Amino acid sequence: MDITDFYDTFFEEAEELLADMERHLLELDVEAPDTEQLNAIFRAAHSIKGGAGTFGFDVLQKTTHIFENLLDHTRRGELRLRRDIVDLFLETKDMLHDQLNAYRNDEAPDREAFERICKTLQQLALEELGESGTDPDSAQDAGSPVEELEESGSVPDSGLLLVALLGVDKENRTLLVEELAQLGEVRGESGDDTRFEVTLETTASADDIEAVMCFIIEPGQIEVTQVAVELGTDPNSDPNSPPTNSANSSQAELGSVPNSPRQKSKPAGESTSIRVSVDKVDQIINLVGELIITQSMLDQTASELEGVTNGSLLNGMSLLQRNARDLQEAVMSIRMVPMDYVFSRYPRLVRDLASKLGKDVELVTEGESTELDKSLTERIIDPLTHLVRNSLDHGIETPEARAAAGKPGTGRLTLSAQHQGGSILIEVIDDGAGLDRERLLAKARESGLAVSDTMSDDEVWQLIFAPGFSTAKEVSDVSGRGVGMDVVKRNIQGMGGHVEILSRPGQGTTTRIVLPLTLAILDGMSIKVGREMFILPLSTVLESLQPRREDLYAMAGDDVVLKVRDEYLPVVAVHEALDVADARTEPTESIAVIVQGEGRRYALLVDDLIGQQQVVVKNLETNYRKVPGVSAATILGDGSVALILDIAGLHRLVRTKKEARGGKRAEPKPISDVPHDRKEIETP
Amino acid sequence: MSQLNAQAALSAAEEQNREFLVFSLGDEEYAIDILKVQEIRGYENVTRIANAPDFIKGVTNLRGVIVPIVDLRIKFRLSSVEYGGQTVVIVVNVADRVVGIVVDGVSDVMTLTPEQIKPAPEFGVTLSSDYLSGLGSLDDRMLVLVDIDRLLTSEEMALVEHAAD
Repeated sequence: MDITDFYDTFFEEAEELLADMERHLLELDVEAPDTEQLNAIFRAAHSIKGGAGTFGFDVLQKTTHIFENLLDHTRRGELRLRRDIVDLFLETKDMLHDQLNAYRNDEAPDREAFERICKTLQQLALEELGESGTDPDSAQDAGSPVEELEESGSVPDSGLLLVALLGVDKENRTLLVEELAQLGEVRGESGDDTRFEVTLETTASADDIEAVMCFIIEPGQIEVTQVAVELGTDPNSDPNSPPTNSANSSQAELGSVPNSPRQKSKPAGESTSIRVSVDKVDQIINLVGELIITQSMLDQTASELEGVTNGSLLNGMSLLQRNARDLQEAVMSIRMVPMDYVFSRYPRLVRDLASKLGKDVELVTEGESTELDKSLTERIIDPLTHLVRNSLDHGIETPEARAAAGKPGTGRLTLSAQHQGGSILIEVIDDGAGLDRERLLAKARESGLAVSDTMSDDEVWQLIFAPGFSTAKEVSDVSGRGVGMDVVKRNIQGMGGHVEILSRPGQGTTTRIVLPLTLAILDGMSIKVGREMFILPLSTVLESLQPRREDLYAMAGDDVVLKVRDEYLPVVAVHEALDVADARTEPTESIAVIVQGEGRRYALLVDDLIGQQQVVVKNLETNYRKVPGVSAATILGDGSVALILDIAGLHRLVRTKKEARGGKRAEPKPISDVPHDRKEIETP
Repeated sequence: MSQLNAQAALSAAEEQNREFLVFSLGDEEYAIDILKVQEIRGYENVTRIANAPDFIKGVTNLRGVIVPIVDLRIKFRLSSVEYGGQTVVIVVNVADRVVGIVVDGVSDVMTLTPEQIKPAPEFGVTLSSDYLSGLGSLDDRMLVLVDIDRLLTSEEMALVEHAAD
């Protein structure tokens, strides 16, 4: 057993501690900092220092040491917090993270950055406290925080500590005792696997010992009690405050009640979750998909059997179906991660950006526990970041402008997520100025877009999704280059979702993103055209009807529209788009399925509706390429492949086909020296 | 010692030898590197893909994986293209993709020594010599050795999306 075996545990724990530290730093109220939070930040730094010392990560230990001293002064109220100090602390936290990563990758941490941050921190200590920060090199020994404390007045006695190890096997015990011996002098040891007591004479605090040990065993497995009870001697408790403010909850209380072991009820973090690679999960999902297909194949065969004699088989089949569906659901839920995974990266972004823009912004997140497919959470981060930046830059006004408008100086940005049927609804809500209709229209005219003053608000808001459209009065490095919103829209559509904007002048803007929960399974409607079967995503299907002759109108050439309740929908014949043979070509004999794609409605002409079914989405591009009019493929119950149709793609396909045909028709005409596609000349 | 050397020389010579899967298209015999072949199966249950070149027959389900099927007989402009019991699909692995190619039949597996592989002459518009790794001569038979990697990933096969698209 080697101490390096514990490196990974240390890295993971340290990473979590740093994340905690950042969260607390961001939540800190600079004017009236919460003592608990200051303590929590201090403890995080302290624990990392302890671990770094144990594993010999010098640079990390020295940085945390200086940092810890400053934090200690802060929590004692000797150092008054200011915004720039918190900024510096955050920067230090980032530094620590870099160092941690360097150690993790077996690289030497950036020496220059280390020296710079140490210098800055010492400078701060010098200016604010009038003391010279400790030289980083003096942090060598693990007992150093005690020296620091001595300087600041509280003199701890070298005392006897009783360290009880609960449920630690012999191998780890030996290692731990060795560790303890480095912190002080081991006076005695006794006990067995369930409870093993070590008496230690040391100047280190109970916190120190626990921090060092926690990288090897669970916090619940260790109890540190002081043999010589003296409340004031717990070096980490502030003499002016009750001892319960000390580090690990029951720590100080235990100090006053020696030898009364109490099991801490903290659940062990590692035992409740495991890390599994996404590949493995995807493999399971694929296999379960196969199982479902096989099951429905069997089901089809079994349904042809006579019921009385095969009763038990049929019963078994229905049980198998239920189990297979449950299994699929359970497996799919493995891929689901809470939205917190996405939202947790915004507090820092909002804080940094708001101070850069000179705005006061409060970030509120709602529905962090809403779950979404892992692949989607990763893909939503970029568009969402863009929307958050936009809201901060264009939406929320400066405190002065807000005051002038009679609004509170602090702007509010809300990120919310909630489930809505089979979709997830994500909203970015700001209480800023809202979109400016007139300016959008003026800008659109300037960029040569076709607009009119009678356009509805919704249509005007849609303009900001046009490529190259930006209304920012001046381009900032935050946003305003107009390359964003069209990309946002495209990304979200690429995920099978859509985005809409609600805005009221003076009250703010809400951007609403609707996404499917997962990309792996789709509720589909199977349709038949000729002898071929296709799948339509059920979410796109609005209704189906038999078109009547009088509702069909021909438009310029061979375009046809269908009138459905006072709305004229372009007719897309599937057999025409996909060249299906033996299909019904007479629209009145086909069935029109009213579908919605990319915000528009179409009437799809198909031969027959077969039924609804859940299908496992298979990518066509894995082994083949993108097919126009088709978004993906799936495997049907009989093992054959069916294509999943892409509504808007089909419409584009029909249009390009008609254009190509139109071009051919123009050819025989004598004007053949004039290219028939004149538009191309005008806009090279 | 000398025995070891002899053995090494032997294995080096063996390394030079390559194994090919021989298949027929009409009356001609073609061969591809056997290491590219994943499996051989019958031609069945192919779902047509609209607006694709005629030699792309469609896609099929290979144990849960969607695999495109290419008919080399159409690609090589053979006069008769029939689908019967003898028609087989050779499933090959090229450029991290799985593709099925339809041929008239698979005859055998041959080992060719480097001497038996002759450079391919410049010919043909249908089958550019770019896609050939040579001609194999075996007694009185001639095998057209197809560089299946280059053929299937070429732009004219339209199987792989190219940056120029």
